[in-house]
Amino acid sequence: MHREHMTVVIVGHVDHGKSTVIGRLLADTGSLPEGKLDQVKATCARNAKPFEYAFLLDALKDERSQGITIDAARCFFKTARRDYIILDAPGHIEFLKNMVTGASRAEVAILVIDAKQGVQENTRRHGMVVSMIGVKRILVLVNKMDLVGYDQAAFERVSNAFRAFLKEIDIEPIAFIPVSAFQGDNLISTSQRMPWYQGRPFLGELDLIPVKEQPANLPLRFPVQDIYKFTENGDERRIIAGTLATGTARAGDPVVFYPSGKRSTIRSVEEFNTPPRQDAASGEAIGFTLTDELYLRPGEIMTRQDARPPRTATQFKANIFWVGRTPFVKDKTYKLKIGTAQSPVKLVDILRIIDAQDLSSAVRQDSINRHDVATCVLEVTRPIAYDLAQDIEALSRFVIVDHFEIAGGGIIIDELRPDASTLEQHVTNREKRWVHGLVLPAERAAAYRHKGQFIIVTGNSAEKNGAVARLLERSLFDNGRKAYYLNTANLTCGLTDGSTDVADAREEEIRVLGELGRVLTDAGHIVVTDLNHYDAYDIARLKTFVHPFEVLVVGLGASAPETTLSLNDAMSPGDTAAVICQWLRDMDILPDYSL
Amino acid sequence: MDSLKKLESQSVYILREAYRNFKSLCMLWSIGKDSTVLLWLARKAFFGHVPVPLVHIDTHYKIPEMIAYRDRLAREWRLNMIYGENTAALAKKATFPDGAVDRLQCCKHLKSEALRHTLSGEWPRYRMDHASGRYEPDTDQAPYTGVIVGVRADEEGSRSKERYFSPRDKYSEWNVSDQPPEFWNQFKTDFAPGTHVRIHPLLDWTELNIWEYIEREKIPMSSLYFDQGSGKRYRSLGCYPCTAPVDSTAKTPADIIEELKTGKFTNIAERAGRAQDKEDAGGLETLRQEGYM
Ligand SMILES: Nc1nc2c(ncn2[C@@H]2O[C@H](COP(=O)(O)OP(=O)(O)O)[C@@H](O)[C@H]2O)c(=O)[nH]1
Repeated sequence: MHREHMTVVIVGHVDHGKSTVIGRLLADTGSLPEGKLDQVKATCARNAKPFEYAFLLDALKDERSQGITIDAARCFFKTARRDYIILDAPGHIEFLKNMVTGASRAEVAILVIDAKQGVQENTRRHGMVVSMIGVKRILVLVNKMDLVGYDQAAFERVSNAFRAFLKEIDIEPIAFIPVSAFQGDNLISTSQRMPWYQGRPFLGELDLIPVKEQPANLPLRFPVQDIYKFTENGDERRIIAGTLATGTARAGDPVVFYPSGKRSTIRSVEEFNTPPRQDAASGEAIGFTLTDELYLRPGEIMTRQDARPPRTATQFKANIFWVGRTPFVKDKTYKLKIGTAQSPVKLVDILRIIDAQDLSSAVRQDSINRHDVATCVLEVTRPIAYDLAQDIEALSRFVIVDHFEIAGGGIIIDELRPDASTLEQHVTNREKRWVHGLVLPAERAAAYRHKGQFIIVTGNSAEKNGAVARLLERSLFDNGRKAYYLNTANLTCGLTDGSTDVADAREEEIRVLGELGRVLTDAGHIVVTDLNHYDAYDIARLKTFVHPFEVLVVGLGASAPETTLSLNDAMSPGDTAAVICQWLRDMDILPDYSL
Repeated sequence: MDSLKKLESQSVYILREAYRNFKSLCMLWSIGKDSTVLLWLARKAFFGHVPVPLVHIDTHYKIPEMIAYRDRLAREWRLNMIYGENTAALAKKATFPDGAVDRLQCCKHLKSEALRHTLSGEWPRYRMDHASGRYEPDTDQAPYTGVIVGVRADEEGSRSKERYFSPRDKYSEWNVSDQPPEFWNQFKTDFAPGTHVRIHPLLDWTELNIWEYIEREKIPMSSLYFDQGSGKRYRSLGCYPCTAPVDSTAKTPADIIEELKTGKFTNIAERAGRAQDKEDAGGLETLRQEGYM
C-alpha cells in the first residue's frame, strides 16, 4: 500500500510566522536530523542571538539570501495519517511570482496571520491569489496568540475581519485556529492556554482534509499537445499526443475537436512499452490514432461527440493576477497560452481592480500593474476553446506572456458575445452601398433557372475534394446551369498581393474567397470550390462574406464540421458529383423546370 | 493513478512541450541512472522514438563500461548520439590527478567548459554514424536553444529552487534569485535570442522513484550499478579518479529498492562517492551556475 501524500503551501504576510510554524512542525513531529535543533540553538547562544526557527530552516536548506525566503522550498514531515510536503512560499511582495509557483503545486494552503498586527495587505493578496491559482482549501492560523495574552476577543477580531474579506471573493476557509507557533500552542496538540477554543489543533485539522480527487463525471477534455508521425523503422502511425485533462476516452469513441469542429473516431490508444489497451483515463499522458487523417493543429481540444462541448469564443471575461515587470495595458498584443493552445491576445477592458488594501473601494485604472488582481475583458483573433472556471476550472486557466516572460495568469469566468462583430458591420455597410444594374435578381434567376449559389466540397483528401468539385461543375454545366469552378490557389495569383504574414494568410484567403463569392453569386453563378483543412470558424466567416447568398457545405466523410450535406467518402468522384446534383434537385435548390 | 505513473505523465508532458517549442533541442545523457530514465521517458513521450539528439560530454576519464554501454544502447535504439569534449585541456593534461590541477578545476575544464562550448556549437561535436558504428565530426554546429537535463530536486540544496523550464543567459548562467513563475503546466517556452532554456523533466523524482521506475519498466542499466560479486557497486557514476563504489551486495534494481527503503543510505548523500563535492561546499552551486549539471 502506498502512503497518502499531500502538498501544502504556507503563505502570509512577511514576519507573521510562517518559518516558525514550519520549524516547529518539523521539530515536534520528529522530522529533523538528529541533533540539528540543539546545534542551531548552540550557534545562536554562541553569537548572543535569540533563537529563531527561521535559522533552523536556514541551516536545513541554506535557503535564505538577503534575509528573506526567495523561493518556495520544500520540507517534509509525516503524521500517522500521511506524508506531507510543505512549500514555504516567500511572504515578501517582490516574490509573488514564486509564491504563485509554489501554490500551484499545492492542494491546501495554510495562511498565517499575526494576531497582534491583524490582517495585512499581503494576507489579503495571498488569499485571493492562492484561491485563483486553484487552491480552494484554506486553513487560517491566527498566530502569536501569546502576544495578545491568548485572548479570545483578539482572535475573533482577526478571524471575523478576514472571514468577511474572504466571503466577498467567495472563499470559505476550512477553519480558523488560534496558535502560538513559537510556544507550540495548538499546533500538534490542544493547548491548555486557550480553553475557550473548541476546535482541533492544527495538525489534527490538516490530517482530516481529504486528498483531492479528480471530480468524477466530467466530460472528456483532451488538449492536443502535438501530432506525431515518426516514420523511422516503418512506423505508419499518425499519433495525436496529449494528456487527458478530464474524463475518459476509449477506442471506438466518436470524437470532435474544438475550436475547429472536426470529427472523427478513435481508432486506437497508443502508449510505449505497455500491453495493448483500449481506454485512457484523466491525468494520463497518452496518444490516440484516428480513423481519419484529420488535419489538426496543436491546441485543439478533443471531446466525445455525445459530451457537453467546451465553449469557443474570441472575447471573454477573466480574473487575472499580474506579476510582470511592466503593466498590462490596452492596445498592445500579448501572447495567450491556454491548455496547449497559443494565440495573440489583447486587453480590451478593465472591469475592476481589486485593491488588496481595501476590497470595498475597487479602483479604476487604465492598466493592470504588477501584483494587481483584476477582472478584465480579453480578446483573441481566432476563437479558442475553453471551459468556464465554474464548469471545469483546469480548462479555464491561461497565462499571458509579455516579452518572453509569463507575466500574468488567470481564469475565464464568463463568455462575451460582441454585439456585432467588425465583420458583420463591414458586410452591412457593403450591402447598403452595393450599386445594382438594371437586371433584377429575380429576372436573372428566371433566365438561368436557378439562383446564385456557393458550394464548398470538403473532406480529408484534398485530391478527392478537387476531383469532385470539378466534376460537379462539369455536370451542372452539362445540365445547362451557370456553374463555375473556383480554385483557391487562383486567388493568390493576383487578387491578394501575398504580403500578409503566415498567421493571417488563412484569414486573408477566406476574405478574398468570400468577397469574390459575393460577386459571382450576384452574377447568378453556381460557384463550386474545394477547401481543405478549414474549421468551423472559417466557414462561419465565409457565410458572412457571401451574404445575402447562401453557402452549401458538402462534406466527404464524417470528419468535416458544419456540413449541409454529409456523404460517404468511399464513393467514386463521379458518383459523388451525381449524388450532389440529385440532392440539389431534391432540395429544390436547382428547380427542375424540364418537367 | 499511482504516484510513479503521475511522475511519468508529468515528465512526458514536459518532454512533449520541449519538443514542440524548441527548434534546436538536445538531451544530455551522462549514462547515469537519472538521464537513462530520462531517455526512456523520451521513448514514452514519442512512442518508441527519440527524435532529439543525445549529447554526452566525454571526459575520457569515464569508467570504460560506461562508454561501452552508451554505444550499445545508441546502436540498439538507433539514437542520434553525439559527444563533445575539451580537446585542449586533455592535450595539455590540465586534468586530475595526472595534471597540475585539483578535482574542481578538472571538473570545470572537462565538464563545465566542454558542455558550454559543445552546446553553443563552438567546439566540435562528434556524431555516431550508424552505418559504420564510428563517431564522425558533426556537420550541424547550430547552438542548442533547449537542453533537456535529468536533475532532481532532492539531490542537493541548490536544485530545490529549480523550475521545469529554467532560463540561462548568454554565458550559461543561472540567476537563482530571479526565476520565472511556473504554474498550471505553463512553462517558459519563449526566450530572447542568445539565451537558452534548460528543461528538467525529472525535477519531482527521488532516487527511490528512479529505481522503482527502472524496475517497473525493466530499463537496461549499466552493470556498474550492481554488485558483480565483489560486494561493491556504484551508486552514482562518474569519472574513475573521483568516483568510488559503495559497499553493497545489491544485484538487481529490486535489491537496490530494498536497500533504499530499509534505510541503508538514509544518512549518506547519494553523491557521497563523488570526491569533488567535498572539496568546497559552495563549489557545486558555482559549477552549476556555470552550466555543469
Ligand atoms: N511571540 C511570538 N513570536 C513569534 C511567533 N511566531 C513567530 N514569531 C516571531 O515572529 C518573527 C517572524 O517569524 P518568521 O517565522 O520568521 O516569519 P515569516 O516571515 O512569516 O517566515 C520571528 O521573530 C519569530 O520568532 C509566536 O507564535 N509568538
